Amino acid sequence: MSALVEFALRMGDNTLVLGHRVSEWCGHAPVLEEDIALANTALDLIGQTQMWLGLAGDLEGKGRTADDLAYKRDVWDFRNLLLVERPNGDFGQTLMRQFLFDAWHHPMLTWLSENSKHERVADIARKAEREAAYHLERSTDLIIRLGDGTDESHRRMQDALAYHWTYTGEMFEADAVDRELADAGVAPDPAAMKPGWDALVGDVLAEATLEVPDNHFVHKGGRKGQHTEHLGHILAAMQFLPRAYPDARW
Amino acid sequence: MHAGETLPSRDDVMGWLADVPDPEIPVVSVVDLGIVRDVAWEDDTLVVTITPTYSGCPATSVIAFEIEAAIRGHGIDNVRLENQISPPWTTDWIGPTAREKLRQYGIAPPIDGTAADGKRVARLLGEGNARVECPRCGSANTAEVSRFGSTPCKAAWRCNDCLEPFDYFKCI
Repeated sequence: MSALVEFALRMGDNTLVLGHRVSEWCGHAPVLEEDIALANTALDLIGQTQMWLGLAGDLEGKGRTADDLAYKRDVWDFRNLLLVERPNGDFGQTLMRQFLFDAWHHPMLTWLSENSKHERVADIARKAEREAAYHLERSTDLIIRLGDGTDESHRRMQDALAYHWTYTGEMFEADAVDRELADAGVAPDPAAMKPGWDALVGDVLAEATLEVPDNHFVHKGGRKGQHTEHLGHILAAMQFLPRAYPDARW
Repeated sequence: MHAGETLPSRDDVMGWLADVPDPEIPVVSVVDLGIVRDVAWEDDTLVVTITPTYSGCPATSVIAFEIEAAIRGHGIDNVRLENQISPPWTTDWIGPTAREKLRQYGIAPPIDGTAADGKRVARLLGEGNARVECPRCGSANTAEVSRFGSTPCKAAWRCNDCLEPFDYFKCI
């Protein structure tokens, strides 16, 4: 598989799996406004997925559509970060996962929209970047409000940070695909995104009165198709209908 | 169309599409919102280039259907819709007339320069860039309730003077 197809799958699988996870909140969020906000965030992410997986399918040249890639691949074919398949947990854990992802996603899309030498990659990034900026503003605001909130909200946010922390390092790991794309000027070297992420996350967590965990262990494998047990459950829910009724239309 | 007939002009077609309402905000048309990007003839096929607003907007397929139906309704059978994502749609493309229509309808129109900038929320930077006027009483003494509202393109706000909640067309 070409490095570009792999890259498009990684971007699209991140937004697909996180979009699906966030959509699980629909009808369950603590207040109506947040319920709507989570559902709309999920919509943005799934909309972006159509662009990335559409690109992957076109570049692959086997006639697979974005839907084929979303519904007809198995766990080991998915290239998303482990972070985005983490269970929703409580509202604080969901928001912390969103913030840690947004703080990587927005700068990544900004880099691609300004620098990528691949025209379609840059076009998709320019479209998605505005939405990701909006997500980052929202998740930042809520992390600060809840971290610097009541004793209970503070405790839950600190716990959420510990819960997700060891899954953040994977965003900055590079393999042969990343090196090939960085050399070609298509995508950044993942490690180059880390100083900006550290600074942004550090500032926001400080404002939120949360402590950065002192744990440098890195869970990884998602970008190569080695996933936690959670992804299979997501796919079972998401893929059931198109697999059981392959030509279903509605 | 039949051989020998003159093809309708670009302006004619844009005029027809100006009557196609947005399915979620019917007070404005798909042309007002900047969704119709171009109309051109390719031999006897009318190619309409449209642009998605928010990439996950659930109205996108309904909009495409309505546009196609309007064109067929004017007797043109050969029509093709094309999606164009670059340059990306922005709320800046919503013209002044459409902004006024939104306000009259009770939706605070987008205000240029209030888009999310991703630099972290305004409170961290010590500067607020959003000053949204209540579409009912005109007061600028308003506050955001939630960053998302009744549709993906809107945020929920309230007026601290007339106490009414309202939708604000969020800027991207």
